[in-house]
Amino acid sequence: MSAPGFDVERIRKDFPVLARELPGGRPLVYLDSGNSSQKPAQVIETMRDHLTWHYGNVGRALHVLGSESTEAYEAARDKIAAFVKAPSRDEIVFTKNASEALNLVAYAFGNPVGEDERFRIGPGDEIVISEMEHHSNIVPWQLLAQRTGATLRWFPVTDEGRLDVEGLEELVNDRTKIVSITHQSNVLGTVNSVSPILARAREVGALMMLDASQSVPHQPVDVTELGVDFVAFTGHKMVGPSGIGVLWGRRELLDAMPPFLGGGEMIEAVWMDRSTYAPVPHKFEAGTPPIVEAIGLGAAADYLTAVGMDQIKAHEKELVAYALEALPEVPGLRIIGPRTPIARGGTISFTLEGIHPHDVGQILDDVYGIAVRVGHHCARPLHLRFGIPATTRASFYLYNTTAEIDALVRGLHHVQKVFG
Amino acid sequence: MIAESMYQELILEHYKHPQGRGLRDPYDAEVHHVNPTCGDEVTLRVKVADGGKVLDVSYDGQGCSISQAAASVLHELATGSTVEESLSVVEEFTRLMQGRGQVEPDEDVLGDAVAFAGVAKFPARVKCALLAWMAYKDALMRSQG
Repeated sequence: MSAPGFDVERIRKDFPVLARELPGGRPLVYLDSGNSSQKPAQVIETMRDHLTWHYGNVGRALHVLGSESTEAYEAARDKIAAFVKAPSRDEIVFTKNASEALNLVAYAFGNPVGEDERFRIGPGDEIVISEMEHHSNIVPWQLLAQRTGATLRWFPVTDEGRLDVEGLEELVNDRTKIVSITHQSNVLGTVNSVSPILARAREVGALMMLDASQSVPHQPVDVTELGVDFVAFTGHKMVGPSGIGVLWGRRELLDAMPPFLGGGEMIEAVWMDRSTYAPVPHKFEAGTPPIVEAIGLGAAADYLTAVGMDQIKAHEKELVAYALEALPEVPGLRIIGPRTPIARGGTISFTLEGIHPHDVGQILDDVYGIAVRVGHHCARPLHLRFGIPATTRASFYLYNTTAEIDALVRGLHHVQKVFG
Repeated sequence: MIAESMYQELILEHYKHPQGRGLRDPYDAEVHHVNPTCGDEVTLRVKVADGGKVLDVSYDGQGCSISQAAASVLHELATGSTVEESLSVVEEFTRLMQGRGQVEPDEDVLGDAVAFAGVAKFPARVKCALLAWMAYKDALMRSQG
């Protein structure tokens, strides 16, 4: 029943680790892609080839290797720009990860180096996030509020695990400077509807940012169509390497923002007492960047594009629909998040009555080779909201199969036997 | 089948039927310890007599089977012993847990706590086993002022 042309068995062959046998002869069942995805040979080979034959520093070396590296690094920027349909390649800023991209924007606010009115913030101003955020879209804004005296506010989450936008008009108001929410929850799987919130942000003159770490890898994302001001995502969740993330921002805003980190490559001219800065994106890329990681991310974007983001989205939708049917068969299992495969991605978090997620994860791993994530998934406030300390989370990607979901269900029945 | 060697029958028994659970009065010191990586937590109280005898170790908390069973075993071993004896058990238990599975446990000292030997092979779980034991050590130090 897969999307036409989508052959999961062929895709699995691209990911060498999926054929790995774990100690004790267990096959690997990798259901932790929401945490970090596995890498296809195409990405690994691109990185190996670059390190072996083309490596030099970027943007400054005049020799052959330096220019080959620079070319490959900048070509990766083109690929990422095309992947998220950015109007300009200069709007793609390479960061270390999504957290750094979020921090970069948070530190643009209330910064005396910047003069733009839109980034001025102080007591009486408000920042709006939500209760379903990853810590990386909470803590930078808490720090901003502490630095400037602004007030941090948030959307609540409904019992079903959807964003509660009932108080939108009051929550996003004339005092709001920025709204920053997740595009897709890393715990609930919920895909948030951006347009009503964006419309309200525009009405009151606030900026809007999306943490798209969990959406860009799993569905076609068009930053122009989304219409927001900033989008953050990370390489390692989209079959690329770790150590590379992306901030997309509107050119005009990036130009208006002060630099984030100071150092080599982000300058135009330096005197002992002052500096002028390079144009974007280089203004935000101080120091030697993660060169090979960026190139690997470019290869990841090529890989995903070749498979087809629509196909990947359709495949994951099938998997999540299958899992939402199969998992409730396990006695005592409670899904935290939407129970219908509508406006949700392939991430399912759940509790098993009376059994701690650490024990669930340990038995699944050690008996069946099933890799899931257990804990609060860097979203502690969301777990507090549901009155639970932790959950077990299975997250699917293009290479997962319904047979692996069957294995998970079998594993959970066994967990019940051990601890029941 | 590696983990099932970690989940010894004795650990599961203590997890399902925790001994001495619940906070009790009187007490000399109370501490609250958390494991920030997993959110496990324990509140623990100790009552020590003038002669150095541990009259009660009472506790409450939440967490995985390993952390909860370890608290229960601690209660059994420490209550009724002396501060000095129980600290030597804590020391041996810590040595075992931090030994990456390479340490031969001293059964005479550890008693039932020897059942946790398998946990030492799982670095991510060692903190679970040690949570209540470190809280106990901390509480004793505070009670001694």
